[in-house]
Amino acid sequence: MEETYAVEMLNITKRFPGIIANDNITLRLKKGEIHALLGENGAGKSTLMSVLFGLYRPEEGSIRMGGREVSIKDPNDANALGIGMVHQHFKLVECFTVLDNIIMGVEPSKYGFLQKAEAREKVVALSDKYGLRVDPDAKVEDISVGMQQRTEILKMLYRENKILIFDEPTAVLTPQEIEELMEIMRGLKAEGKSILFITHKLNEIVAVADRCTVLRKGAYMGTVDVADSSKEELSRMMVGRDVDFAVRKKARAPGQVVLEVEGVTVASKMHKNNAVKNVSFQVREGEIVCLAGIDGNGQTELVHALTGLVKPSAGSFSLRGVDMTRDSIRERSKLGLSHIPEDRHKHGLVLDYTLEQNLVLENYWKPEFQNRGFIRFKAVREYAQRLIEQYDIRSGQGPVTKARSMSGGNQQKAIVAREIDKDPELLVAVQPTRGLDVGAIEYIHRQIVAQRDQGKAVLLVSLELDEVMSLSDRILVMYEGEIVGELDPKTATVEELGLYMAGAKRKEAV
Amino acid sequence: MEKTKTRNSLLRNAGVQSLLASLLCILIGLLVGYLVLLAINPAGAGKAIATIVRNFFYYPSPSAQMKYLGSTLVKTSPLLLCSLSVLFAYKVGLFNIGAAGQYVVGAGASLYCALALDMPWYLCLLAAVAAGALLGALSGVLKAYCNVNEVISCIMLNWISLYMVNTLLTNVKEYSSPYTLTLASTNPGALIPSLGLGSLFNNNQYVTIAIPLAVLVTVVIWVLLEKTKLGYELKATGFNKDAAQYCGMREKQNIILTMAIAGGLAGMAASLLYLTGFEQWSCTQSAVPAMGFNGIAAAFLGGLNPIGTIFSSYFIQHITSGGAYVDKTMYSSQISDFISALIIYLCGFVLFFKYALNNRLDRRAEREARAAQAAANQEGGER
Repeated sequence: MEETYAVEMLNITKRFPGIIANDNITLRLKKGEIHALLGENGAGKSTLMSVLFGLYRPEEGSIRMGGREVSIKDPNDANALGIGMVHQHFKLVECFTVLDNIIMGVEPSKYGFLQKAEAREKVVALSDKYGLRVDPDAKVEDISVGMQQRTEILKMLYRENKILIFDEPTAVLTPQEIEELMEIMRGLKAEGKSILFITHKLNEIVAVADRCTVLRKGAYMGTVDVADSSKEELSRMMVGRDVDFAVRKKARAPGQVVLEVEGVTVASKMHKNNAVKNVSFQVREGEIVCLAGIDGNGQTELVHALTGLVKPSAGSFSLRGVDMTRDSIRERSKLGLSHIPEDRHKHGLVLDYTLEQNLVLENYWKPEFQNRGFIRFKAVREYAQRLIEQYDIRSGQGPVTKARSMSGGNQQKAIVAREIDKDPELLVAVQPTRGLDVGAIEYIHRQIVAQRDQGKAVLLVSLELDEVMSLSDRILVMYEGEIVGELDPKTATVEELGLYMAGAKRKEAV
Repeated sequence: MEKTKTRNSLLRNAGVQSLLASLLCILIGLLVGYLVLLAINPAGAGKAIATIVRNFFYYPSPSAQMKYLGSTLVKTSPLLLCSLSVLFAYKVGLFNIGAAGQYVVGAGASLYCALALDMPWYLCLLAAVAAGALLGALSGVLKAYCNVNEVISCIMLNWISLYMVNTLLTNVKEYSSPYTLTLASTNPGALIPSLGLGSLFNNNQYVTIAIPLAVLVTVVIWVLLEKTKLGYELKATGFNKDAAQYCGMREKQNIILTMAIAGGLAGMAASLLYLTGFEQWSCTQSAVPAMGFNGIAAAFLGGLNPIGTIFSSYFIQHITSGGAYVDKTMYSSQISDFISALIIYLCGFVLFFKYALNNRLDRRAEREARAAQAAANQEGGER
């Protein structure tokens, strides 16, 4: 009888000091199926995959392939067994070509000389077979994120891996690219590959997966046939309660102009062209304006110029009529600008500081918290405790927890608490829910809407289409540094938005 | 179970860890030093290493011991300030290898002010602080505005300062030797006052208020780092300069200020030694004085804690002074420097030992958790 399972992970338990990351988890991947692994952050998905990939040894349980128990001690063992993985953050050498990256580690050679022509043929054949469009001679640094991902997939196919692990592959893609990836995955499945698909996006599971295993807080919640299940059921299994997908928002007429952006141009650090080209728009009281676009189309640079991290080469910003183009970051902050930064580890937090030290990062200099240059520790502690309670920031040791040891969701909550509690005129939120689980996303969305309902102006920058569509009152699409369209989320469709984002469509002068 | 937990948490305490790691470094340093002595000349090894550790106890009479304890302390205070200089910059994410050069310009400024300009001791001391601060700030400016690595600029400035100071002090050197004029004969007002401290150490004339002054500065630095808004800002800049910029701190200014303070400390260190008259500057020296470099070792051995550096500086000075008493008929005269250098070198491993200790504790915790789980499972099975 032929074995039905490509790999079986049986009763896997992996403990770390203080927590059980995987508690008796069983995952059986059938041959030729797409199997989704669903769970919130910290549910143990990555740990489980690291066990399969040989990065961790489990305390209990076994891994079986073809009916025999196998021992995977390191990633080389995993490779030898035909297990390949596309990591969330690609492992490519930027200054190498696509071909070089694909053959890296398994370079075909004769007498110590590379045999690239042979490898090239194989890569071209594979890319034709699976519809993975790549230019083998392009340097990785010059190609799109989608093509980089296809390079990663080709890497696995080149090594003739049978079991392919995709770790949150859609996070960096446009809607069109996501659709394309789904198509590629179906093609791989048709060729008999078995796919493990790690995600927390329910739409994608419903679209492409055959079965789905759900983890919650390290525990196994069950495996379901996707066809017999629903998004609601899956999310209940994942979160443990019903989740409200809809963002509740009252209709609200925008008030006076809070932020006025006029003709802003920002030079790029990456290339010679300008990253932002002559951009103008307004944000008014009580509205959430969303800057949508694929990553790298100038949103980051625009926000950095707006918040004072870089200087624009032309144009001006004014807040409630006050020109702040030349103001320092501190002065902008005093004028009423709050900024939830894109990269919470780089800009948002001092990871080696405690939670309370991080919570006063924006206002430690106010007389409330310092007296003649000496920090008022008691005031800081009381303030931190109030925010922790009010915004439900959870951590091991309360105010004195090191920020580094907190979960991503709670780190983000701390930043949101700090920025919102400043009671700003304008809240700039850049990808405020990136990498967070459903519960935390729901919470942060509610906070942002609450700001809007209080009449604050909100500028949201997001790459998540669901977020863009559900949260914003107005959508501005950025493409190659310009605003190419303004859409109303009530009437626009995701497809239309995708066309603008990809530069296939544009409206004249917004 | 309860007992292991408390023991574990004590071992997890950062302060206890630093202390253990430092003590371990010292032990290993002494052991390696001993092995080297054995290899060179086995007959005197035990005695030599004992001599180094004993330092001033080499002298039989308590009064002589007191006197030479005083001498060790005289040299400890500049080392303490040098290690503070390194530590302060390190807390802000900068590696001040230029403490040596800042020490040199401190010596140059204080001696020139004392010998050529006839200034009183406190002005000489301030001049040393200013000179060191200026040199430090120079590295800071290069780092902040031109992104020149502070290590590179500091090393180059170390040599530039040395030869500049040699040139400058040639104007005030003794006629027949390369050494600068003595303060006592030229300008006694430039000697740091003793206020009776010397008499506590069997009339060691070099024991002055420089020693309590160094300790006082240590406390001030600790307060500055831990209790003030400036310390909060500087440390935030050191940990994550992007976040510091994001929340409106002026990170360029902070880098310059930090290097200036660090430089000032190293400059002051030199004045605390040279203004006691304990040493004269040799205008022909062609090596940067080791004091600033030893400050690096003292800072790490002290667990990067200002109070810890008081003890580590003393220890390092203790063995350095002790090395001078090693029997020169059995070992060459460089051996004392060599042994103390070995020990100092191993002192740099403090951070490594802390890391290793934490790893061990993690593994043990994991094992215990597993054992506890297994026990619980068994219990469950029997029921």
